[in-house]
Amino acid sequence: MKFKVNNEEVFASTGGRPFDKNKPLIIFVHGSGLTHMTWVLQTRYFAFHGYSVLALDLPGHGLSGGKSLKSIEEMADWVSDVIDAVGYKEASLVGHSQGCLVTIECTSRYPNKIKTLSLMGGAGAIPMNPELLALAENNDPKAVDLMMDWAHGPAGHFGGHPVPGLYHINTGGMLAKSRTIKDTLGVDFRACDNYKNGFEAAKNIKIPTLSILATDDKMCPVKEGRKLADLIEGSKVDIIDNCGHMMLLEEADRVLKVLKNFITKNFPAN
Amino acid sequence: MSDKTKKGTDAKTYKFDTLSLHAGYQPHKNAGSRQVPIYQTTSYLFDDVDHAAALFNLERGGHIYSRISNPTVGVLEERVASLEGGTAALATSSGMSAIFLAVMTLCQSGDHLVVSSQLYGGTVNLFRLTLPKFGIKCTFVKPRDTEGFKKAIQKNTKGIFGELVGNPGNEIMNMPEIAKIAHDAGIPLMVDATYQTPYLCKPFEHGADIVIHSLTKWMAGHGSSMAGILVEGGNFDWMQNDKFPTMTKPYEGYHGLSFAEEFGPTAFTMKARAEGMRDFGPCLSPQNAWNVLQGIETLSVRMKKHCSNAEEMVKYLLGHESVAWVSHPSVPDHPDHELAKKLLPNGRGSMIAFGIKGGKDAGVAFINAVKLASHLANVGDTRTLVIHPASGTHSQMDEATLKFAGLSHDMIRLSVGIEDIDDIKNDFEVGFRAARKPRLVSNQ
Repeated sequence: MKFKVNNEEVFASTGGRPFDKNKPLIIFVHGSGLTHMTWVLQTRYFAFHGYSVLALDLPGHGLSGGKSLKSIEEMADWVSDVIDAVGYKEASLVGHSQGCLVTIECTSRYPNKIKTLSLMGGAGAIPMNPELLALAENNDPKAVDLMMDWAHGPAGHFGGHPVPGLYHINTGGMLAKSRTIKDTLGVDFRACDNYKNGFEAAKNIKIPTLSILATDDKMCPVKEGRKLADLIEGSKVDIIDNCGHMMLLEEADRVLKVLKNFITKNFPAN
Repeated sequence: MSDKTKKGTDAKTYKFDTLSLHAGYQPHKNAGSRQVPIYQTTSYLFDDVDHAAALFNLERGGHIYSRISNPTVGVLEERVASLEGGTAALATSSGMSAIFLAVMTLCQSGDHLVVSSQLYGGTVNLFRLTLPKFGIKCTFVKPRDTEGFKKAIQKNTKGIFGELVGNPGNEIMNMPEIAKIAHDAGIPLMVDATYQTPYLCKPFEHGADIVIHSLTKWMAGHGSSMAGILVEGGNFDWMQNDKFPTMTKPYEGYHGLSFAEEFGPTAFTMKARAEGMRDFGPCLSPQNAWNVLQGIETLSVRMKKHCSNAEEMVKYLLGHESVAWVSHPSVPDHPDHELAKKLLPNGRGSMIAFGIKGGKDAGVAFINAVKLASHLANVGDTRTLVIHPASGTHSQMDEATLKFAGLSHDMIRLSVGIEDIDDIKNDFEVGFRAARKPRLVSNQ
């Protein structure tokens, strides 16, 4: 669906169901340079099981208008504005990679609005490889190829996706190329590189939090994810074997199972 | 991002030859079986009612019933998608069913397509005679008439379709320019790239949006199994205009699902599977999928030999006294010679059309005389194949349609195999000797 935040049009997938304000709201925040479509194998389940779902396209990404936001802090405020714009007082947040930084910061800033936090491939800081950052800022498609290479584990490089016929490395790459690379991936990578408040923000989080990590994640390794999780009181950690950073595509079913158990327990549908 | 990623800026994703052998399959998820297993089964257990509902509602991936998807077929689909550089693929029971499914996923009654006139005879009949029965009309344009494609686009046109290299005359569509024409009109370009395979050309790199193959041909190579596939490039924006309501509007068949909104770069394949395979059911058998996979494992090795043999045969035919003309993109005076260098950098393919002196009678004598080359209605076998299109593959066409399709009565279509080149030439000598005899008799 489309709605306005700060006078700019925002697109969010509702998981294939009409948006219903009477149901608890789960907001999904994508990673660098990507779009709402990375969440399709998680959002539809929740949309059909008692929740209202918004898988956002960040400003300047996917089908949303405006320009990409330049800092994680701006993105965090924007997610809070989204909750207001759709007429809710609270929501559960789910983030992937950069989306983890955004949702951590948002939860720290707006503790009364956020009821549960689910982090996938998250870390307290995501300093960027300078060469990758330069490629993205120079609009070089090689940046996407490298990101897809590093973001998939050894098993994921072979394919074998549960969705018949879907070759997920190329699908992820196509999402990252859906808009001008320097204006999405380049801006996002710079925002991640600049963000230094993740560990401090994590200390402020007092809500049920889940970290889903993957053994073959080269971009946000398990030890970095654990370091973050250790700062969040009562945080749960679930580690997926034989999987890389793009876990929500690479091991979509296993991610959904863990996420489903966590959210339905801590943020039950009506 | 950790230091572990700082290993240089060249992506280490697997390359073509590796993908040909491995893509789409993980042995540890299949009892450690190194070879892809044949899942000779129709249906799959659900964990519980919730799992069943989630699968039927496209909330999660998995198999329900082998008409819709099958694990062995799924490996083939992913493998071809990876080789083409596509986001997703859907295998079908034949190349023709892949074309039909692509059209029916794209179009509905009242729609129109712009279609290259140089096509396999069966495809011509689909577009000319069968699709109009479904209310889908087509305008044919000669493949070299790039501007003609633009002129033929109407308000209700939903796509452009063509064979990258036309059958059987070897005319090449200017794919990059025709893709631009399609995209300027907000419609996709669908390309049948059966003759090329992704080893010779990756149409997505030249602007195509949907690629179709008859896998029966070079992809399999062994001539044992019928199979087709459609592959999605993932770059076409279905939501850019209101031409594709069945992709963008809520679909009653899946609780108001919008395929484009939900599945983006894989929307076309998802719709083709969820709707097309469900409703039409042209599913590929697991055994045939496995057979095709065996062929794909050696695709690049075979294609190199096909192409080198074809170039040898072109030289041989060009210098032969019984040959009136030779059409192959490697020939310098072929009208598309320069375009072929650009679109087919790894080889110009192994399809040759040539005219035999003496016309139809000589052609018939040649075909009847050759012994190594097989006379049959197929192409892309590892064995050398020949046919006389005017009396074979295109025999259902009338005189005017034959002419429009660029066919002549002296034309012989040659699909060069990977036998020893000397043996192929020796066999052709037998054919040419026989072809000269009736002329000598009639001249007397």
